[in-house]
Amino acid sequence: MQTSFTAGPLRWLKANPIWGFVVLIFIFFSVAADNFFAVNNFTNILLQSSTIGLIALGMTLVMLNGNIDLSVGATLALAASVAVDMQGWEVFADWGSWAILPAVLSALLVGVLMGAINGFIVWKTGVDAFIVTLGAMLGIRGIVFIYTQEQSFYAADFAYSDFGMSSVGPIPTLAFIFLAFTLFVHLLLTRTVHGRNTYAVGGNREAAINAGIKVGPHMLVNFMIVGFFAALAGVSLSTQMGAATPNLGREYELWTITAVVLGGTKLTGGVGSIVGTLGGVLAIGIMRNGMNLMQVSGFYVLVILGTILITVLILDKQFNRRTNEELRL
Amino acid sequence: MVLSRLKGAGPAVARQGLLIAFIVFMIGFGLVSERFLSLDNIASVLRQSTIIGVMALGVTIVVIGGNLDLSVGSMLSFSTVLVVDLHDKVGPEIGIPMMFAATLTLGAINGFLVGVMRLNSLIVTLGMLSAIQGLILIYSGGQNVDISNQSGTWFRVFGRESFMNIAVPIWIFLSLALILHLIMSYTPFGRRVFAVGGNPTASVFSGIKRSRVVFTTYMISAFCVGVAALILGSRVMGSQNTVGQGYELLVLAAVILGGTSLLGGAGNILKTVIGVLMLGFIQNGLLLMGQPYYTQWLVTWIVIILAVWLDVAAKRGKLFSPIA
Repeated sequence: MQTSFTAGPLRWLKANPIWGFVVLIFIFFSVAADNFFAVNNFTNILLQSSTIGLIALGMTLVMLNGNIDLSVGATLALAASVAVDMQGWEVFADWGSWAILPAVLSALLVGVLMGAINGFIVWKTGVDAFIVTLGAMLGIRGIVFIYTQEQSFYAADFAYSDFGMSSVGPIPTLAFIFLAFTLFVHLLLTRTVHGRNTYAVGGNREAAINAGIKVGPHMLVNFMIVGFFAALAGVSLSTQMGAATPNLGREYELWTITAVVLGGTKLTGGVGSIVGTLGGVLAIGIMRNGMNLMQVSGFYVLVILGTILITVLILDKQFNRRTNEELRL
Repeated sequence: MVLSRLKGAGPAVARQGLLIAFIVFMIGFGLVSERFLSLDNIASVLRQSTIIGVMALGVTIVVIGGNLDLSVGSMLSFSTVLVVDLHDKVGPEIGIPMMFAATLTLGAINGFLVGVMRLNSLIVTLGMLSAIQGLILIYSGGQNVDISNQSGTWFRVFGRESFMNIAVPIWIFLSLALILHLIMSYTPFGRRVFAVGGNPTASVFSGIKRSRVVFTTYMISAFCVGVAALILGSRVMGSQNTVGQGYELLVLAAVILGGTSLLGGAGNILKTVIGVLMLGFIQNGLLLMGQPYYTQWLVTWIVIILAVWLDVAAKRGKLFSPIA
């Protein structure tokens, strides 16, 4: 699956057509929308994309395995609630701003735990991940409501929301975190045994088992990773708002899957890359930002995104008739 | 293990697992709360389940055909806003057929893309979910719609009236369930849907027009959404733009709970009805026990996974998955 640069940029583009689309809409909005072509706006797009983007990194791993995670939106809300609520606990009263540290760590841990529950159930019961995480989507949302008693939490310590506004040089810290993790997961996928196994399990599960890969624990790890990223996205979102609401992250699972699929990852597993996913995330981010600047109602963005998703699918079908499934039966 | 014996000893028992779980569950709740099994309460649960229920009937058929339909939630928003808005603009006599025409057009688009173009149904209907939600927001300009003369219109029949002491929505739900069950069980079309979902390749070799069958399943699903929109619009006499948001997954949960396999080729309309009722009674039972409404989501999580797990385990004759 490694893209070889010696094969030329054209082949690279053929493997990642979404980047062609990203360049096209980038040029389009640069010409058509005032204020689009500005460094300030670019960092803005990165920041706006980072929430969906973080989850999409983990989702790519899970989908490469041939699984899916519909519970990420609920996990995001749970982690955001834990992060904001816990820093106000009595126990941490004299910790000052340091109280944020255990709160955020606990939030991330909760995310990993939720992912572990999903992964464990998928591993042990053999129930399809779609069903397991569909249940978890409802169940974890239930836990969020039980935990928060339907209340929104507000961060009393301004250091928390200051962090959400801060920058590393010209890049917003949250966008920087997203980019750093993008690189990290890309390397994980292309340079490590775990990454190779991820493709192997999704490509042919039987063969992976025969090759001695412990498929169950392997999938569990990837579910824990997506849980971690959903939680990180929750923390990131709550630092931007300085608050957490129990309904946070609704429908994020659908947006994330859209981004990952736009990036060329196949639902059947085995095919896809982080480079593609980044393209998918940016495509959605640029579309939303550009249309917003052109004062096109968000309603149209929904229609256009849906249309693009289906168009990409049709194009993909036309250009990649390879497997048996594609035969006209 | 009891389950390891299930396969040999009583496949019939395993197959009726849902029904047994449902009965045990009803008795359990009945013991805790005396109001639970009262006729009034059962009628009210039935009435509240009709929207999800009617939609679940159509989705069951799509799923048996081997596909998914995630667009039904957005489509419900679309159809409900349309039927309510058209009620005051052109009257219900013309508005209702117009709503059905528009809804069936959406179903036809789904059916064309999945059935004829052979695209992945999850992604197609995910795209449609987004597009249809956008369409209805553009149509209504983001405003809620309502019917001005709520007591003087015959449109109230669908959601607010009763026939022989039973609410009309319940009649609609149960008779639609019966009709679709008969179609799926006793007509060539029903057999074709099972064949296409069970083994697409074999079905084509045996001369079934797969495209047409899949197309029709999406038309049926769209029709069911139209019926649900009638009930919802008539009950509320108004609609928000996002009224159906999130319904697609609740509906799917009911279908799965009813034992329909997401792989296609297996499922039963009447069991979907039980799945729908189970979701409704979980919610109702927990409320009667004084639990807040969101506890039902937690319980639903556990019930869905247990139900599907037992189903899968009974089929393979082993409790735990053989995955290493």
